[in-house]
Amino acid sequence: MIDFGFAIKQTRQENLDKVSLEKYHKLLDLTPSFKRCFQCGNCSATCSARQFTDFSIRRVHTSFRRGEYDGLAEELRKCMLCGKCTLVCPRGVNLRSLIMNMREILDEPQKSGKQ
Amino acid sequence: MANRYWNEYQKNIADDHYYYERSCIRQTFFPGSETAFLKMMQDELGKDIFDDFRLHTCTGIGYHTDVVPLETTMTVVARIFSLMKERGYENLVPSCITSFGVFTEMCHMWQEHPELLEQTRENLYKACKREFDMPKNIAHPSDLIFKYRFELAEKMKYRLVNRFTGKPLNVVEHIGCHYAKLFPDKGVGKAEFPYVLAGMIEAWGGHVVDYPERRHCCGFGFRQYLVQENRGYSVSNTKKKLESMEPYEPDFIVSNCPGCSMFLDRWQYTIAEMEHKTYDREGYGIPVLTYEEMAGLLLGYDPWELGLQIHQVQSERLLDKIGIPYDPKQKYNSASGKILRAPEKPENLLV
Repeated sequence: MIDFGFAIKQTRQENLDKVSLEKYHKLLDLTPSFKRCFQCGNCSATCSARQFTDFSIRRVHTSFRRGEYDGLAEELRKCMLCGKCTLVCPRGVNLRSLIMNMREILDEPQKSGKQ
Repeated sequence: MANRYWNEYQKNIADDHYYYERSCIRQTFFPGSETAFLKMMQDELGKDIFDDFRLHTCTGIGYHTDVVPLETTMTVVARIFSLMKERGYENLVPSCITSFGVFTEMCHMWQEHPELLEQTRENLYKACKREFDMPKNIAHPSDLIFKYRFELAEKMKYRLVNRFTGKPLNVVEHIGCHYAKLFPDKGVGKAEFPYVLAGMIEAWGGHVVDYPERRHCCGFGFRQYLVQENRGYSVSNTKKKLESMEPYEPDFIVSNCPGCSMFLDRWQYTIAEMEHKTYDREGYGIPVLTYEEMAGLLLGYDPWELGLQIHQVQSERLLDKIGIPYDPKQKYNSASGKILRAPEKPENLLV
């Protein structure tokens, strides 16, 4: 191949017709309060794990709702389940439940999580 | 009510007496287009249009890449206006979309900030003892062809119809960003419903393809292309558009911007080399024409005189569909009749 000195960038465009949102809908069934999230980022701002790692719960659940699951299971292992995010959430999203259910869905998609 | 609403989307285009400003890059990329436009205006429509050999750059590419300061651009633009004044014209027709955008932007700034206008007058006088007036009307050549599309249609020998199937050709139209996205009221149909090329296609028998990324930028973006390492951004934009239009199987693309016509055409070669991907069924790519080339072909001008052989994606299959005759032996003949060497064939894009 000719070396042009540059490469074609992969698009970040999301084609929802080509993405399976099955896991996301399953998560909504298990943690309905997630529907109320308006992505303010308070959860990430108060996160203890965030102080020591690059973990961002906001980024994780944004990726999850877009159907981009690669690397999320590993990312979620950085969470210590301290629950500070649940305390500060202005919309009352049950984030500890959300994280546990995301872990279960990603690790064993055939199993159902618990609220 | 509906008609009154649509009236807001009409542009004032002068009827006659135009001062033509050639483009820096179009004469290299599409060497027959500007001559074809002048021929259409003068011979087909009988209009007065002056082609001034003294004209120079508008600084557009340098201005948009931040290597030419605003004051310099204003003074250079003022010099172009002074040459127009000297020739006694008031209606400016810049061939290039970037020039069209620059002229419109400078006039807008001078109207909003009279002190800048005074400063520019002073700078121009100090530099070359010249004086200028702002044009009464600035129209792009595509505006003029749009305005006279029905008059031209009466003189056309061919229509945008597939002679084998009898169906209208599928045509993708692409408007340059600097045509209507900078100043929407300066474009026919404004930025939301640009109709300048679609109007030509419909008037001449074709079908306009409405695809999801129709209003997306071609990717040229000046700095995206001019720095080699950034060209990935440029080609990625073009790829997005080509992928979006591919399912509609367009017969060709037409554009009114030099950068768009260039990159929608040339990046097809680059993508074919990098990813072995072409955007038509047979592997020839989608031909890209300027609006002058499209009009010129339908008027019966010689395809090689129009410069179609200079494009990356070759147009013989399109000419066959419309039924336009051409002589393959004349394809690489120079103006003096000398046979030039045929260009090298790409590996992955058929020609």
